[in-house]
Amino acid sequence: MGAAVFFGCAGIAFGPALALVLLTVAAEPLRVIILVAGAFFWLVSLLLASLIWFISVHLSDQEDSKLQYGLLVFGAAVSVLLQEVFRFAYFKLLKKADEGLAMISEDGRSPISLKQMAYVSGLSFGIISGVFSVINILADSIGPGIVGIHGDSPYYFITSAFLTMALVFLHTFWGVIFFDACEKRRYWCLGLVVASHLVTSGLTFLNPWYEASLVPIYIITVCMGVWAFFTAGGSFRNVLKCLSCKQEEDNRVMMYSALQVPFED
Amino acid sequence: MTELSAHLPQFQHGQLTENFPDNHLSNTNDNSERRRHDNSERRRNDNPESETNGQPQNNIQQVVEQDEEEDEELTLKYGAKHVIMLFVPVTLCMVVVVATIKSVSFYTRKDGQLIYTPFTEETETVGQRALNSILNAAIMISVIIVMTILLVVLYKYRCYKVIHGWLIISSLLLLFFFSFIYLGEVFKTYNVAMDYITLALMIWNFGVVGMICIHWKGPLRLQQAYLIMISALMALVFIKYLPEWTAWLILAVISVYDLVAVLCPKGPLRMLVETAQERNETLFPALIYSSTMVWLVNMAEEDPEAQRKASKNSTYDKQANQAQNEDAEADDGGFSQEWQQQRDSRIGPIESTPESRAAVQALPSNSQTSEDPEERGVKLGLGDFIFYSVLVGKASATASGDWNTTLACFVAILIGLCLTLLLLAIFKKALPALPISITFGLVFYFATDNLVQPFMDQLAFHQFYI
Repeated sequence: MGAAVFFGCAGIAFGPALALVLLTVAAEPLRVIILVAGAFFWLVSLLLASLIWFISVHLSDQEDSKLQYGLLVFGAAVSVLLQEVFRFAYFKLLKKADEGLAMISEDGRSPISLKQMAYVSGLSFGIISGVFSVINILADSIGPGIVGIHGDSPYYFITSAFLTMALVFLHTFWGVIFFDACEKRRYWCLGLVVASHLVTSGLTFLNPWYEASLVPIYIITVCMGVWAFFTAGGSFRNVLKCLSCKQEEDNRVMMYSALQVPFED
Repeated sequence: MTELSAHLPQFQHGQLTENFPDNHLSNTNDNSERRRHDNSERRRNDNPESETNGQPQNNIQQVVEQDEEEDEELTLKYGAKHVIMLFVPVTLCMVVVVATIKSVSFYTRKDGQLIYTPFTEETETVGQRALNSILNAAIMISVIIVMTILLVVLYKYRCYKVIHGWLIISSLLLLFFFSFIYLGEVFKTYNVAMDYITLALMIWNFGVVGMICIHWKGPLRLQQAYLIMISALMALVFIKYLPEWTAWLILAVISVYDLVAVLCPKGPLRMLVETAQERNETLFPALIYSSTMVWLVNMAEEDPEAQRKASKNSTYDKQANQAQNEDAEADDGGFSQEWQQQRDSRIGPIESTPESRAAVQALPSNSQTSEDPEERGVKLGLGDFIFYSVLVGKASATASGDWNTTLACFVAILIGLCLTLLLLAIFKKALPALPISITFGLVFYFATDNLVQPFMDQLAFHQFYI
């Protein structure tokens, strides 16, 4: 407990997210707006899910702890499904906005591509989801206390931080894959994303048996990451090119009329 | 003024406003001036006034129309930038307020109430408490309505001195007295020892520079920083002195009032804005946050040479604008030969003299076109800042969900602001900035505090992630 735990866990949980935001989102106003709007959509989905859970809890017997546990699991499942529904709704909204932007812009192209929007929206879902899961825990970690004094796991903070980091990455990857799947109408991809979200959430029910929950979740994260990388257009060759840092010859054609290099997507 | 409406620069002038009365202390001189509306045309009017100093009043219709089309296309592209230009100060203000509330306990301690909310909320029954809070809100809103009408009347009858005096007294109060209290409380919280002499020096410097920046001229960023600080201070006063239910009720009622006052034809704020438009004047730059430089009306009254130099060396960063103007006229800054020839060929030989300049300024302005669209800014009234911060501050002070509620309200307000700016881009006229944001904020506050917080709490208890 104390500042060390707070900063350490906050760094673990939000370091990558912060870096991604600072490097890729903060400079472009349109992406910042998409980020905030994505957070809003996630919040609305959470609100609806909480409403459903709240109603179900109040309609049931509050003393029965097994029932309450069951309702919590049910609430979590409903929340996951609603998050994906709202991700789809956000996709629809962004698609429309993309068309609008393309219409309005000077050269008929939208200033931001659907793939970039997919990435930013996934990141926004990840950040807000992570923040809502862990911010109160982080706030408590500044104060005095002993973790796990009643027999719970003493690794609560650090595992929460790692779970949050995984969640941020997962949402980002899911966003990319999801939007691409919707765009190309590959519904099996959609189903797989939703299923993996449910599986991830389900794995957290195994906490505090961290070997069974954290390790598989990270495996899923890596798999999703690779899948998202290939979906977004990455390839082994790209990675090699990036790593080799070779000075590439500029063999692009200059268009005389516009004096612009043709856009490469 | 159909000509003006023809080239409505989209969206730059965001009006948005909403201000709010002042400091509710027993000081009767409160400025309800805080309330203001900025109107989308203002900026348009502002610019020409300063631009016509040496600016060709010979904007030809064709040039105008062509630029107009470009303007239309560029709306959304620059729209996102303007949204961010408002997101940043609103976020900063809220961050300052939340940080203060979380660390300095003075602002969450109950030390009485303002005289505008005389009924206490510490009653025996819930019904009594509800009634008291309704009465408090009613009194506060009536005070606000009276102040706004007073302001509009003063403005209509050109009692500028009274209004300026009022504004100056309230800024003095905020910049010196409230910041003194704030600093004192921060020192108490962190147990910092400070002697009165150093404190006096700090407060004096802070206050005087603030008065200069806000009421006269100053670097744009410094002026914006001061406006954010005084909004935060004002919001903290409200958070401290308004009891809970009263605060939520007031927020709700004031957004309804804002909607009515700005959009109804006979609304006081709409009348204020229209009067300012008719007179081609700016509305008290002290109470509106502007994301780009504020043009002063009286810039034209000096010697033309000095004027040109002044316009080049102005502390506002209009270099880009100047450059744009220059580019547009293909000259290198001012009255070059080519420009004069161009002008002469268009409107005949005219000597640019102070008299002619003054005459020109008296004309309806229509010279937006050479302005770089990126330089157009958006304006938001300080009252909006204050109420957004009150909402988020109250959420962080009193919510059981703590940070979750605060963040939810924060996102809700930003989205409301984004939607309002979108509407502004569509409707291109003064719009109230409070209703959408405050509605979203209130909905999210109550929903998160009562529904989401227990759910997230249970999930965190079991370390489930969704």
